[in-house]
Amino acid sequence: MSVLLSARGLRIAFGGLKAADGIDLDVMEGEFLAIIGPNGAGKTTFINMATGYLRPQAGSITYDGQPILGLKPRRIVKAGIARSFQLPQLFTEHTVLENAALAIAARAGPWAPLAPLLQRRFRAEAEELLDRFGLLPLADRRADALNEGARKLADIAMAVALKPRLLLMDEPTSGVASAEKMAVVETLTRVLRDSRVTAVFVEHDMEVVARFADRVAVWGQGKIMALGPPQQILNDPAVLRDVIGVAPVGDGAGTGKEGAHAAT
Amino acid sequence: MSRSTEILLALIGAALVLALAWAVPWLRFVMTIALAKGLAVLGILLLLRAGQVSFGHALYLAFAAYAVAFGASVVPETLVLLPLAALGAALLGLVVGLFVVRYREIFFGMLNLALSMVFYSVLEKFYAITHGTDGIRLPPTTFAGQTLSNEAQGWAMLVLALLLSLGFGALIRAYLASPMGQALAGIKTRETRLEFMGISGRRVLLAAYVLSALMAGCGGAVLAMTTRHVTPALAYWTASGELVFIAILGGAGSVFGPFLGAVAYELTRVYAAALVADAWQMILGLVLLLVILFAPGGLWGMGRALLARRRSA
Amino acid sequence: MGDWLSQNGLLLGLATLDGLSYAAAVFMVAVGLNLVFGVLRILNIAHGSLYAIGGYAAASLSLFLSSRGLPEWLSLPALVVAAALVGVLLGPVIERLLLRRVEGQEPVLQLLVTFALFMVLEDLQKLVWGVQPVVSDTPVRLLGNVEIPFGADTIPFTAYQLFVLPGIALLTLVGLAWFLRRTLAGRMIVAVTEDREAARAMGIDAAKVTLLTFTAGAALAALGGALASPVASLVPGVGAQTIVLSFAVVATAGLGRVEGAAVTALLIGLGRAFAVYFEPELEVVVPYIIMVLVLLIRPQGLFGTPETRRI
Repeated sequence: MSVLLSARGLRIAFGGLKAADGIDLDVMEGEFLAIIGPNGAGKTTFINMATGYLRPQAGSITYDGQPILGLKPRRIVKAGIARSFQLPQLFTEHTVLENAALAIAARAGPWAPLAPLLQRRFRAEAEELLDRFGLLPLADRRADALNEGARKLADIAMAVALKPRLLLMDEPTSGVASAEKMAVVETLTRVLRDSRVTAVFVEHDMEVVARFADRVAVWGQGKIMALGPPQQILNDPAVLRDVIGVAPVGDGAGTGKEGAHAAT
Repeated sequence: MSRSTEILLALIGAALVLALAWAVPWLRFVMTIALAKGLAVLGILLLLRAGQVSFGHALYLAFAAYAVAFGASVVPETLVLLPLAALGAALLGLVVGLFVVRYREIFFGMLNLALSMVFYSVLEKFYAITHGTDGIRLPPTTFAGQTLSNEAQGWAMLVLALLLSLGFGALIRAYLASPMGQALAGIKTRETRLEFMGISGRRVLLAAYVLSALMAGCGGAVLAMTTRHVTPALAYWTASGELVFIAILGGAGSVFGPFLGAVAYELTRVYAAALVADAWQMILGLVLLLVILFAPGGLWGMGRALLARRRSA
Repeated sequence: MGDWLSQNGLLLGLATLDGLSYAAAVFMVAVGLNLVFGVLRILNIAHGSLYAIGGYAAASLSLFLSSRGLPEWLSLPALVVAAALVGVLLGPVIERLLLRRVEGQEPVLQLLVTFALFMVLEDLQKLVWGVQPVVSDTPVRLLGNVEIPFGADTIPFTAYQLFVLPGIALLTLVGLAWFLRRTLAGRMIVAVTEDREAARAMGIDAAKVTLLTFTAGAALAALGGALASPVASLVPGVGAQTIVLSFAVVATAGLGRVEGAAVTALLIGLGRAFAVYFEPELEVVVPYIIMVLVLLIRPQGLFGTPETRRI
């Protein structure tokens, strides 16, 4: 497996808080990498830096061998990195279908100036996309009329519509009702594996991490404290206790859920 | 509303305007002015879709009007002056737009206002060129090379304004439904997302801005050739406010709104001024208050609601 | 340079003095506008009309007092009384009857409500006070002139413009800064400005704060007009002129502290006064040029903080 995204020596501080204090992290092509760690540790900051929303004070990020720091978010998107958001960023006055179609049109551009957004090719692809995410029944709802779980999925669907090679997801299951969580994860896994996307996701729910991730990185005090396969990380009592303060998963689903709450 | 219904409505509207102008001759002038302003308001509507209010679009209207006034002494031909003045306004819109589309909300509104006020005081202060507040009187212009009688020229301008309104109305309707227009509406709700989809919100807004300047320019040119007198007041901030006023009065939900609003505005103004010479502004203000408080969808929204009720009844 | 200074020194001094007194009036209007925008998130276009009405009311009261043969010094407190009356009478009515009804609506509708109000108030002024200029310079005559030594020369300047106008503006600035930082009501205003929802969650009565702020803002605008009325005659359109100028001040300053409005008012007031004396063609343009230049360099305004959205 080759390295798709590589961060070296990333440093950024907000006031006195060192969110990143020498982060080295490689994302391998094709893997699902989870980043876990306490709230406010800088996990979202990593996504923000990798997508051009924030600029680190030191360090470098390369994607596919090319440096991407200093590029605007939209250039980075064009290079193949898409992201979803902790707070879903939907066009609230548009329908779900229009949201999806707009993302598809954004990828397909340049636009014929007067052809409608919901022309046949965009509509068909948008419907197909929503169908894969189980959102087709909600296609004609306005985005602000969705429940949190559906908004979250729609948000990710819009990122997937861009057909990225690398998808960065910020807490894909936060706000999703716990009964639906695993279904959402199943959907995501299927869609992402099908489209051969490399995924990095920030997550608080250890059960989701265990189910979804190929590797887990533990982010704490601005550093990567541990990195490895989930079985190893999620069963390492030292890492869990010291870094995120949760009990190990594996004894059963119940403890996993408690762990998730403790970390949120 | 389906496309064919809208085409039908547009044609009925156009016929009504012509009929009114024919039945009440002095209304021909009023209708031409209303349509000219409606064109500029169509541009305001475009920017409103992006959630941005320009309090300075009178700049483009006034710029084109003065361009016509200066140009008329060189080439007194309507069909030359109009496109040139409108293109000039669009070009100015491009230059100004490159600067103002970096700003949002009050900063966007106030920068537009500031620039139009700068233009206003240039018009007012440089008397040697612009004749200050006296303004400039335009010589009669020819139409396609023909020197028309006053009456015929009046009709020509009305028909021209009507054709421009229909054309731009159709254009903007299609534009708003296109990815470009939908992305424009996305600026209002979630501009960050646009950026993360690879779309530059600024460029989307710039395109709309230039288009709005072009339409305001067409309006200004028609206005100048109809009133045959231009003054700096055209660029004063209250004139820009009037355009936003009409947009809300007519309703920002449809391309019919600006024209409906403009006709209603001009008619109210004319009749209010005749009725109570000193308080027409107050009457317009009260009308606007009533519309905002009780029919925030504007006249167009009101009409639609009525239609829907009749249909369901 | 030396030559120019010796030739234009007097003008320069005069322009500075004029600029100061002008900035004082502009500050009064702009700071109120800034305060109201902070709490209501509405740029009140009718704010300039309140300035004009404050001016007319002060002039009327002053003329009324002298017609009754009352002592002339009463015209000074009359300025403040008239302004307070305008603020207290009109402020709550406008806030309750109009602005509250469009709370939560589209921003453009809220903006247009104040534009409609502006149109109504403009005509109302004409109906009440006519279209002829209204002047009442009793306070200025009363206090007389001051000879300010300036090198070998002296500059005659009215004591009113030298002391009263900047003095009251300074008092307002200090008082307002103290009020916002040290009193409970002031802190509530700041809390609502910063985050309305959070303030509500903390149990602050946002509706009350809004009413209070709007009334205070209206009174400040009226006071600005009242203070300016003895030195500038009142004509229709003065409200329209004032409001665009205050817009320029608020946008240049950015949303923020009252000190920001003061510094910016000074900048724009002095800029305009220098233009009046040296390049009169530029008089009206100068505030906007300053604004455009500032925003080119600092898009959030001189004192505003850039808005970072959490995503």
